[in-house]
Amino acid sequence: MKHTVSVLVENKSGVLARVAGLFSGRGFNIDSLTVGETQDPSMSRMTIVVNGDDAVLEQVNKQLNKLIDVVKVQDFKTASFVEAELVVMKLHSNSKTRSEIVQIADIFHGKILDVTDKNIIIEATGTTDKVDSLINLLRPYGIKEMARTGKVALAKG
Amino acid sequence: MGELTGAEIVLKVLESQGINTVFGHPGGAILPLYDCLPGSSIKHYLVRHEQGAVHMAEGYARSTGKIGVAFATSGPGATNTVTGLVDAKMDSIPVLVVSAQVPMSLIGKDGFQEADTVGITLPATKHSDMVRDINDLEKTLLDAFRIILDRRPGPVLIDIPKDVLMAKTKYPRYSQNVIKRNPRFESGDVQDAARALCEAKRPVVYFGGGIINADASEQLTRLIRELNLPATSTLMGLGAFAGTDPLFLGMLGMHGLYPANMAIYESDCILAVGVRFDDRVTGKLSAFAPRAQIIHIDVDAAEIDKNKKAAFPIVSDAAPALDLLYEESVKYLKEGHAGREKSMENWWGVIREWQKSRPLKYNLKKDVIKPQQVIEQLYRQTKGDAIIVTDVGQHQMWAAQYYLYDKPRNWITSGGLGTMGYGMPAAIGAQLGNPGRTVVAVVGDGAFQMTMQEMALLMNKTVPVKLVIFNNHFLGMVRQWQDLFYEKRFTATDLTSSPDFVMLAQAYGIDALRVDKPDKLEDSVRKMLESEGAFLLDIIVDHEEHVYPMVPAGAASHDMIVQKETDLLYMD
Repeated sequence: MKHTVSVLVENKSGVLARVAGLFSGRGFNIDSLTVGETQDPSMSRMTIVVNGDDAVLEQVNKQLNKLIDVVKVQDFKTASFVEAELVVMKLHSNSKTRSEIVQIADIFHGKILDVTDKNIIIEATGTTDKVDSLINLLRPYGIKEMARTGKVALAKG
Repeated sequence: MGELTGAEIVLKVLESQGINTVFGHPGGAILPLYDCLPGSSIKHYLVRHEQGAVHMAEGYARSTGKIGVAFATSGPGATNTVTGLVDAKMDSIPVLVVSAQVPMSLIGKDGFQEADTVGITLPATKHSDMVRDINDLEKTLLDAFRIILDRRPGPVLIDIPKDVLMAKTKYPRYSQNVIKRNPRFESGDVQDAARALCEAKRPVVYFGGGIINADASEQLTRLIRELNLPATSTLMGLGAFAGTDPLFLGMLGMHGLYPANMAIYESDCILAVGVRFDDRVTGKLSAFAPRAQIIHIDVDAAEIDKNKKAAFPIVSDAAPALDLLYEESVKYLKEGHAGREKSMENWWGVIREWQKSRPLKYNLKKDVIKPQQVIEQLYRQTKGDAIIVTDVGQHQMWAAQYYLYDKPRNWITSGGLGTMGYGMPAAIGAQLGNPGRTVVAVVGDGAFQMTMQEMALLMNKTVPVKLVIFNNHFLGMVRQWQDLFYEKRFTATDLTSSPDFVMLAQAYGIDALRVDKPDKLEDSVRKMLESEGAFLLDIIVDHEEHVYPMVPAGAASHDMIVQKETDLLYMD
């Protein structure tokens, strides 16, 4: 079971290592982890997708709360939230497949970042589910390289 | 308000927080700090290895309730503190380590004696931090004291580059008041918990080191006695409730007493306070307290439901929670619950039967000293009032079983991490924190050799630690496991190549004696206790003796091996 946890932390060196170390040391599985500055430059927000049952999620929350550099932990188990992630993909394309690829990307409101005679690079954003479907649809054309940011999330309201 | 160097600020902050004792070892990066030491009121004790410094700080902290402090230089000095830090973290001991770092300009350049100390100690501490700017130094150190003491105590390491120690800045900028613990009740339904505890037919109190850290022995004792509750302790909790009280069942767990483990197994309601349901206590988790509703009081919310689900979770410092629980229980009982007395009488009847049928026991021999009889002798001659500090292994378990601790902070041992080599340095720390008291280090011949270089601190008559070596020429506990679970293949547990400990002590200028005959034991122990300075007593004990009862690793805690098969012949 996947859970999304949003962690507000002090924006200073070593904090990422501390959080990552807590996960590996206690055997929690991270699916994805993003981190970036917030509106307050002294704070960063980490969005962590963790794989585990409710007991694991509870321990993740409690253990994160014990870290001195952690300001706030919010798990989205009950709260409703918005999420997004970004994917950039380099695909094989030629004159035959290029228009099909562009069409599919269009459906997902994707952007074409670069085109050559052999390759095309696409960018798309959306929920993790949506990004997954786009990847699945494009996989048959041959994905050469791919980078995903992992999920970022904020509580609604 | 003048300008001070970083080194001076470190010492000033320590002084302002009431620190007068520090254990450590100098080196290049930390020299600016050592250079200022003579000008401060802090007494420094030179260790021979930084692991010893942290264990001494731990022994000092545990025996006094104050914060223990250790200094280490950069690189190997700092990495040598790691075992001590993890030990302090596992047992929630308030310790501050100040390590020096190479100058800022060399950080990340693989400078001489550079190690990523903060990186290495991230999971070894409650918190660790590097001070990169002299202007942050005072606040970082004061925060360290706050973090060490807040809720569940633990070790903090502050790493300070050499140039920060030498830079100057304004001091003081903050209040110099001594930072204190702030015990508070956070959450939980105490009224419901009190009702469950009072209505239980077979209640048991399971307490641990949290009581000692919270100085909540009085509160615990008042509740246990008022409700006439059977009580059992973890290894870490011994002394939090009087060991001689008839309501005390002894330690529980892997080498716990039979009645204690059985009471947990049969219980319908357990008050667990200041404990963490460690695997050495629970054995197979699903078979631990299978019929009991659990009231779990802990200051660390992460301990609640971590291993065992609590029906009544209470997040609180132990003292206020036990006070509230006492008040609510008294209120509840005043309503008149006639059946309770009768059901408690029945429950105590069952427990007294277990105590009668399965007491702690061992068989004396004429020609060889039994380790248990050494502990009994120590107990008798110190009248139960010594500070007993142990190493890790069989001797540790016997010291937990056969010495009865009536007061908190008289029992000091490495519980969670099980650090061999802890005993003697921790005893030195305890002795320095308690001048005038009898401090006995109970160590094994194996564990002793891991930190025995710290005997150098015993040369001085001001550290009159009594060292008792339980010498069975084996790594006894490992051998016991090989005997029971590895078909007697005694691989790498033979210690016959150890030095002559008596000669070794004498080389350090310490009085010493060896004893191997049971009829000489009493006199030897007396001679040791009456000696003026430190004393080493090398006691040759039966190497075939096992610690019993024993719950094999992973077995249910009521499935105890009560004694050795061959000893069954001697059963009366």
